[in-house]
Amino acid sequence: MTAHADAHGDEHFAGTNKLFISIWVWLVALTLVEIFLAYRPMSTVVMLVILLGLSIIKAALIVAYFMHLKFERLSLILTLIPMLVVCILLLFVFFPDSFRSAGLRYQFKEAPPVAPPVVEE
Amino acid sequence: MSTEARAGTFPAVDWEGGAFPYRVGHRKLGMWLFIVSDSLTFSALLIGYSYLRASNVWPTPFPFYPSIVFSSVMTFCLLSSSLTMVFGVSASSKGDKAKARKWILATMVFGAAFVILHLIEWQHLMEQGLRPFYLPESWVQAFTTTQGVPPSPLFGATFFTITGLHMFHVATGIIYLGVVAARVNKLKHEDVEISGLYWHFVDLVWMFVFPLIYILSVDMGGHLAGVAH
Repeated sequence: MTAHADAHGDEHFAGTNKLFISIWVWLVALTLVEIFLAYRPMSTVVMLVILLGLSIIKAALIVAYFMHLKFERLSLILTLIPMLVVCILLLFVFFPDSFRSAGLRYQFKEAPPVAPPVVEE
Repeated sequence: MSTEARAGTFPAVDWEGGAFPYRVGHRKLGMWLFIVSDSLTFSALLIGYSYLRASNVWPTPFPFYPSIVFSSVMTFCLLSSSLTMVFGVSASSKGDKAKARKWILATMVFGAAFVILHLIEWQHLMEQGLRPFYLPESWVQAFTTTQGVPPSPLFGATFFTITGLHMFHVATGIIYLGVVAARVNKLKHEDVEISGLYWHFVDLVWMFVFPLIYILSVDMGGHLAGVAH
């Protein structure tokens, strides 16, 4: 057990309570910004980009400090994070189809849909 | 002597393998791998939701009260629970098991508050008539476009699936933390830390669910105010 403690001697749970409280304050503050933004008039796309940006910052704070990854060995970070990001980004391959099917369903802009006239050639 | 202890005596260079290349125990590595796979589950669900939302007329029905107030307080509960959990893990690393147990119990209280508030919030929506495959009549009236296209009834399906799966994770986490709190004297510090990893992950997922499901569905135009419930 002593040898175990020695082997881990340089990796006790790093970070002070003061640091963790400051991270919590940041997380709460960013959440309040999100709620504030919810009531600002802006396009959905701009709102989405800002909200996702804030969420990624919050996720990074949680992973780095609360989940302690910042204090782990670089090899662990490089094993876990890049492949996760790449896999999530690969799922974006579906979005062009989403936008396409929106266009197929709602082509009409002015009048309600009517049956197309029969064209005889 | 454990593998971890022996590994400490080998001067293994990063990327050259060695007996202990990540300098974490196998259980902790296992939890990290579970977290990565669970991240992909939630990512797929949120992207599926985004797919449907982008290809349909989508209702944005949430009023400030109760939906946004409740979800904001729930967010606060989860963030605070993460802070108490990190205090618990910190106490555990110093060998103060009694203090660690108290902080873990505080985390469970915040988690339980989250689940209760969330269930009340669900009840509000179900009382209005929201179901997985049906919208309340008032929502259909309010969000049908001027071209006569009705809003997608899949709003409920995505909402209940994503928030439900997240709530399931929180509930599972409360049970998990209960077991850890009960057995904290027998467990190694790393086992407490692993339960902390799971709990923070549940918090992390909510950091995406809250803006994408709640904030982006605020009833900005007051559509529902003009329709009788």
